[in-house]
Amino acid sequence: MAEKNYKREVISILVDNESNVLARVVSLFGRRGFNIDSLTVSATNDPKLSRITIVFTGTDNALHQIITQTEKLEVVRDIFTLGRDDSIYRELLLIKLRADKTARTAIREITDIYRGRIVDLSKSSLIIEMTGAPGKIDAFMEMMNCYDIVEVCRTGITGIGRDLTVDDEPCKA
Amino acid sequence: MKLTGSQIVMEVLLEHGVDTVFGYPGGTALNNYDALYEYSDRIKHVLTAHEQGAAHAADGYYRATGKTGVVFATSGPGATNLVTGIATAFMDSIPMVAITANVPDPLIGRDAFQEIYITGVTLPITKHSFFINDIEDLPGAVRKAFRIANSGRKGPVLIDITKDVTAAEMEYKPGKPLPLDKYPKARKKEIEEVAKMINKAERPVVYYGGGVVASRAEKELNAFLDLIDAPSAYTLMAAGCVGNEDHRNLGLIGMHGSIAANRAIDRADLIIALGTRFSDRVALNPDKWAHRAKKVQVDIDRSEVDKNVIVDKAVVTDIKEFINTITPMIKKKDRSEWVAQATEWKKKRGDAQCQEAQLHPKEIVDIACDKTDNETIYVTDVGQHQMWAAQYLKHCNTQHFITSGGLGTMGYGYGAAIGAQIGCPDKRVVHFTGDGSFHMNMNEACTAVSENLPIITVIFDNKVLGMVYQWQTAFYGRRFSATTPDRKTDYVKVAEGFGAKGYAATTPEEFEKAFDAALKNDGPSWIACSIAAEERVLPMIPSGGGIEDMIIG
Ligand SMILES: Cc1ncc(C[n+]2csc(CCOP(=O)(O)OP(=O)(O)O)c2C)c(N)n1
Ligand SMILES: [Mg+2]
Repeated sequence: MAEKNYKREVISILVDNESNVLARVVSLFGRRGFNIDSLTVSATNDPKLSRITIVFTGTDNALHQIITQTEKLEVVRDIFTLGRDDSIYRELLLIKLRADKTARTAIREITDIYRGRIVDLSKSSLIIEMTGAPGKIDAFMEMMNCYDIVEVCRTGITGIGRDLTVDDEPCKA
Repeated sequence: MKLTGSQIVMEVLLEHGVDTVFGYPGGTALNNYDALYEYSDRIKHVLTAHEQGAAHAADGYYRATGKTGVVFATSGPGATNLVTGIATAFMDSIPMVAITANVPDPLIGRDAFQEIYITGVTLPITKHSFFINDIEDLPGAVRKAFRIANSGRKGPVLIDITKDVTAAEMEYKPGKPLPLDKYPKARKKEIEEVAKMINKAERPVVYYGGGVVASRAEKELNAFLDLIDAPSAYTLMAAGCVGNEDHRNLGLIGMHGSIAANRAIDRADLIIALGTRFSDRVALNPDKWAHRAKKVQVDIDRSEVDKNVIVDKAVVTDIKEFINTITPMIKKKDRSEWVAQATEWKKKRGDAQCQEAQLHPKEIVDIACDKTDNETIYVTDVGQHQMWAAQYLKHCNTQHFITSGGLGTMGYGYGAAIGAQIGCPDKRVVHFTGDGSFHMNMNEACTAVSENLPIITVIFDNKVLGMVYQWQTAFYGRRFSATTPDRKTDYVKVAEGFGAKGYAATTPEEFEKAFDAALKNDGPSWIACSIAAEERVLPMIPSGGGIEDMIIG
């Protein structure tokens, strides 16, 4: 393949809310060798539908493949990319650090700047919660790398288009 | 009217015009089989020797008749035995409805006797699958299965029904087959752009595949070729679309394709790909393949666009619809020189044969072909004999050449031949197989005998796993690892043991005699033909190669 321009895309998939749906989608990704960065599944306002949000890094061609292969699944009602400029992405981070009294103040300061919250505290450790665009979480993690990290949990990205038409569009039958 | 789950399955099959099914019973399938007993005056059940044979039979039945094949199996091993048959259908986009029974719902997930998560096992090889543990969902699932199997790009669908559902009762409301999903419509402007490319082209070639057959667009394709005055090449899945003698037919394309077809692709300035996926057996080296040409791709499946080869223009729609729409946009242009040139290349053929041998593969195919009429269905197994059949048969009807293309399933042939013969009792079915493939499926002879099917099985007995042996000869310094089994099978005796007729041939004369005799039999016949292990399938372009790497003799 000529192009080697890797791009990061967030793909939103509306699927039937029934057992086995996630297995179908994931089996397809496995079979086609689509390597994804993150995947979240969640409820929507329609109990018959769930939303899968995936982050995928690849060429335009690979993106075309992942979309056109996925849309063929019987359980997929809609699939679209959430463009960087017209969507909001968020991610939740929970991070546990070993920190004594001396480290604590500095960590708190940084956490405040990034608008995070300390949600658990003990003599020797603390847990920070933070939501934000993935870039912000990355930057915060950069800062935290100087400290003694015990565990990190990130939810993976969920996203929503700013455009009104996306959600108003009737689902494909 | 209250009916059981199994009875409802039968009713919905009848709604879809199903009068024949293939399969194998078992514990969890008892209710289904009891219903089949009850409905036996309207639905004929063909019992095979093995579930794989039943799945291949359902597949061959569709390819020969155009009617969706249905296969039944029990849970556990019955279901897993279907897997290769379902995968074969999946890779060749063949509609099929597979109905398995599973253990009663309260036992699901407990590793009950013969419990297998078959919807999970078949996830990557079905278009869709249903797990039914509530009778309310049953009739809808069966109707949807037919719709999904036949909509857009066709393929197999599996319905797994728990045993308790097959026994449960429900009010049955008669229904009708669901309308097929609408296929994507191309915008007129897109087709106009393709027309412009065609109108400009000096050396166009139409390269087509199974999508033309799936769309039943054979007639339209021929008219299109005349209209644009272009030569054409076909994939294994589309043999017979264009008449064998037609000067526009350059033959099979790809690894074992004709010199003319591959050369024309190499020289072309425009490739029009219809219903085909540029597979690695065709575009052996996607970067070099048709490097002088602009490429247009027409397919019903959007995901095929740019999958294997990047094209300059793609139209996503049904082939027949495409041809009908583009026809008035084509300007007459004289390309007789190009067509004549391509036709000239047809004279050169790469079919060197073993000098010392007494019976050559081409002679076998020629004799079988000459002694049978245009209505004959030829079914193959997989290996050299498959390629010889593809190369030498005088194909004239797409439903008359049945072969496993995408998966290349050894052991496909006999089951598929049985399905074809059951579906077309008035036609003759000739089954070409190899000694290796036949050892995978000869057990189905018992089915052919029970059903009294006059299938003629022609065994290309080179005593080697020839196709692999050929590669080992060419690329592995004749290190024949596991391809030269020292088998002593006496095919004539085995045939007789099954209750079939057996013949052996070592010369063309013997083969002619045996074939004449076989043609007179009401039941199955086998003809074992001794050929040389050193016979090769030629021409050949090695994997990843281009036209300049073609081996001719
Ligand atoms: C189920 C299966 N196993 C293995 C292969 C790999 N394979 C392809 S052709 C071939 C040899 C086929 O031998 P035979 O049926 O005798 O045909 P021949 O090539 O000798 O004509 C093998 C082993 C296959 N295609 N399918
Ligand atoms: Mg052989």
